[in-house]
Amino acid sequence: MTRRHLTLAFVVALAAAWGFLPDFSVTVLAYIGLYALVAAGLVMLTGVGGMTSFGQAAFVGSGAYATAWVCTSPMVSAAIGGVVSPALLPWIGLLFGIVVTFVIAWGLGAITLRLSGHYLPLCTIAWGLSFYFLFGNLEFLGGHTGVAGVPPIVVAGFSLASPRSLGLVIWGVLLLALWALHNLLDSREGRAIRALKGGRVMAESMGVDTGRYRIKVFVLAALLAALSGWLYAHLQRFINPTPFNLNIGIEYLFMAVVGGAGHLWGAVLGAALITLLKEQLQDILPRLLGSSGNFEVIVFGLLMLFVLQRFADGLWPTVARLGGRFLRPATPSEPRSTLVLPETALPPRGQVVLQAKAVTKRFGGLVANDAVDMDVKAGEIHALIGPNGAGKSTFFNMISGVDDPTSGEVRLMDRQMAGQPSRAFAALGLGRTFQHVRLLGQRRVIENVALGAHRRGKRGWIASMLRLDRAEEAALLAQARRQLERCGLGEFADVPAGSLALGQQRVVEIARALAGHPAVLLLDEPAAGLRHLEKRALATLLDQLRAEGLGILVVEHDMEFVMNLADRVTVLEFGAVIARGTPLEVQANPKVLDAYLGGVDEPAEEALVGQAA
Amino acid sequence: MDLQIALILGQDGIVNGAIYGLMALALVLVFSVTRVIFIPQGEFVAFSALSVVALQAGRVPATLWLLLALAVAALAVELWRWKRGAAVDWASTIAWCVVFPLIASALVLLLRPESLLMQTLTALAVIVPLGPLLYRLAYRPLADATVLTLLIVSVALHGVLVGLGLLFFGAEGSRTPAFSELRLDLGGVAITGQSLVVVAVTAALVVLMFLFFERSIVGKALRATAINRVGARLMGIPTGLSGDLSFALAAAIGAVSGLLIAPLTTIYYDTGFLIGLKGFVAAIVGGLASYPLALVGALIVGQLEAFSSFWASAFKEVFVFTLIIPVLWWRSLSSRHVEDEE
Repeated sequence: MTRRHLTLAFVVALAAAWGFLPDFSVTVLAYIGLYALVAAGLVMLTGVGGMTSFGQAAFVGSGAYATAWVCTSPMVSAAIGGVVSPALLPWIGLLFGIVVTFVIAWGLGAITLRLSGHYLPLCTIAWGLSFYFLFGNLEFLGGHTGVAGVPPIVVAGFSLASPRSLGLVIWGVLLLALWALHNLLDSREGRAIRALKGGRVMAESMGVDTGRYRIKVFVLAALLAALSGWLYAHLQRFINPTPFNLNIGIEYLFMAVVGGAGHLWGAVLGAALITLLKEQLQDILPRLLGSSGNFEVIVFGLLMLFVLQRFADGLWPTVARLGGRFLRPATPSEPRSTLVLPETALPPRGQVVLQAKAVTKRFGGLVANDAVDMDVKAGEIHALIGPNGAGKSTFFNMISGVDDPTSGEVRLMDRQMAGQPSRAFAALGLGRTFQHVRLLGQRRVIENVALGAHRRGKRGWIASMLRLDRAEEAALLAQARRQLERCGLGEFADVPAGSLALGQQRVVEIARALAGHPAVLLLDEPAAGLRHLEKRALATLLDQLRAEGLGILVVEHDMEFVMNLADRVTVLEFGAVIARGTPLEVQANPKVLDAYLGGVDEPAEEALVGQAA
Repeated sequence: MDLQIALILGQDGIVNGAIYGLMALALVLVFSVTRVIFIPQGEFVAFSALSVVALQAGRVPATLWLLLALAVAALAVELWRWKRGAAVDWASTIAWCVVFPLIASALVLLLRPESLLMQTLTALAVIVPLGPLLYRLAYRPLADATVLTLLIVSVALHGVLVGLGLLFFGAEGSRTPAFSELRLDLGGVAITGQSLVVVAVTAALVVLMFLFFERSIVGKALRATAINRVGARLMGIPTGLSGDLSFALAAAIGAVSGLLIAPLTTIYYDTGFLIGLKGFVAAIVGGLASYPLALVGALIVGQLEAFSSFWASAFKEVFVFTLIIPVLWWRSLSSRHVEDEE
């Protein structure tokens, strides 16, 4: 039995039992479904995307109030009552709720998501509180009393008034949403979403607009909440601001975290646990403590602290591990068709592809780069060397769009790149690796490499959710596998990237850069941590790439590696270029010897020069 | 609105703004030193105010039992860590888990303070050690987690403390007597002694904090930790110490704020949350990093609240909390390059 069979068995069992369950259980299940829908959005946001929101309850509220207002307001019925039949009003309410939620979420996201991560949750706290105070005071929405008389949803003349019939719809919607989200995560777009958590600089260098992805994930979570709110309003048939309060928003987050914020089924587990627990606690605690009030929040908070300290990934991974013993892993199905990825032609050999003119970078009083000039031509390997602290890494950031130079010019493919983000560099054909390896350690090696080919795919979120991206996805994965094999790591494609040795992880980064079909390759200490034979293999690979016409810039400390490989060498010291030329010229340069060996006495220095020659 | 009303509202705004300013200072301090976004900051406000109320009614404030329970739990955790071979700083542990709780118990149970001053000091003695104890129990095991995880811990802790607040103090609100019954008439505007006390104490605390961070070696160590955690540790500044200290300071500031505001407004078990959040709005103005900007933000929040309570009192919270949207938008204009989250 595979995981998929188990899921299907669960769905079938639930459907079969639905007609026989007592009314009370059906109602509880319907609410669990509603909450799980919201929690699933939070899983995407928190566990996968590395953001969070305490304001999901308010998004549920905007979905619920939108439909309640459309269905009950005399203003609306006066405006469209003659044209639209009453049975259609809930659907107009759904559309209205989605539009309103979309606008609010997009606005909040656009403002906060380009800032560092903790501003979004703080903003959602403010939004959650404001929503409660606002809707509690708007007279046309019933103030704190709320809106009564929300009609049931009617489909083809069949009324979904009872929890038993609407509950079925709720679970249908939930399961469909889980399926779509699962598909989304298992795609090119999913890889980019996963990179939002802890890999933004890297993802930008692979051409992913992480700010935009963050907004989209946030909007997606908000829309799921609004959908839940729409169903809630037509289940409850009456709404007031209380269930959309900040406390409930926090409860939704508890569900996602306790269940397992990185796993879609964790949302269902968390929603079920918290809902059932809350019911028990509301029964027991007031009797135990001798007064009434929301005491369950004490238990929830302590439970949350315990889970965060002891099971950082929530309870689902534990459940899955226990269950995993009895399941066999699914075999990936072969795609029916595959397609050819676009490849831009490389520039002619000898043409300057990357150029830095008088690049200067100051950090306060410290000049990290002082008027550095250098260029990289197609079909050559240019090495940048210099002692520790010479400003190589800063320079690397300047020519890859991670940071802006204070003055000077960076040109890529003969285009001025001042102020451009690193994804613009990637779009012009620049691929790079990082000095401190930036891989998603828990994801498989091949997924990491495929992220490098991100820009070569086109399919978007909707296509991914509906599995219309399989041919392209197969092509991307095949490309990733080809680059991995080329770099000699084909056998490790399916292990987690974090389990490889550091030297191998560096090579995975090279494969990832190559998957993007770059014209310029920036390698930051690629040979560090490699053994002798691995270094030789790397040198062969770089030689091959040079022959294909790539322009390669290497920062490296291993002099033997550099001097045997590079066509030209530039030497930095204290942020300034002190020498440039062929490896032989640079080796003979007394300034370089001085920089590397310190201020030695004249005779000793001569002896060293003699040795080098 | 005439000038007189404007002056009264302005005065209200300054007094409330002073309290929000204190909250903001504590939040910036805790965040910059420990990366914890300390949502439960406001709970100290309510706990200290309601503890004084209990003392005045001749009851033992339940916060004392909370303190003792946390002290025992923290001591147990330290013992367990010590048994498993972790390095435990026993001097600070004994201080926070034994000495301070004993002092607080002695003050509450043996001395049974009668005067307002002694009741105030007793409340401080009960509330201040809560800060480091909560830090040790809730945050320290996760000291290396992301800002996001620490924020979720904060929210969970807030839930626990608000629930306990309801259990300890009930749902009814209370006020405490003013520290000063003075009333001044300044050009037709009545100025109460209590609002002068609030502003004066706030100013004194700000000056004290400035001196502490600029002049004392411990204050400098905290600042060093805020600027570079790893670097500070390499220089021999223990991370635990900076955590304990910043949380103790935050608790002290919260407790003082509670004592200051309790005579001016009715305090409920959950009042602190909103006060703390308004402090956040102020702190966000300063990017959670700048103390002076946070104080400016606090004054803006205070004024906005005072004047919106006059024009649209039902929506004053909405105005205050939506203030962060233009502030964040303005901040986002200056950030273009992405950075990895810590």
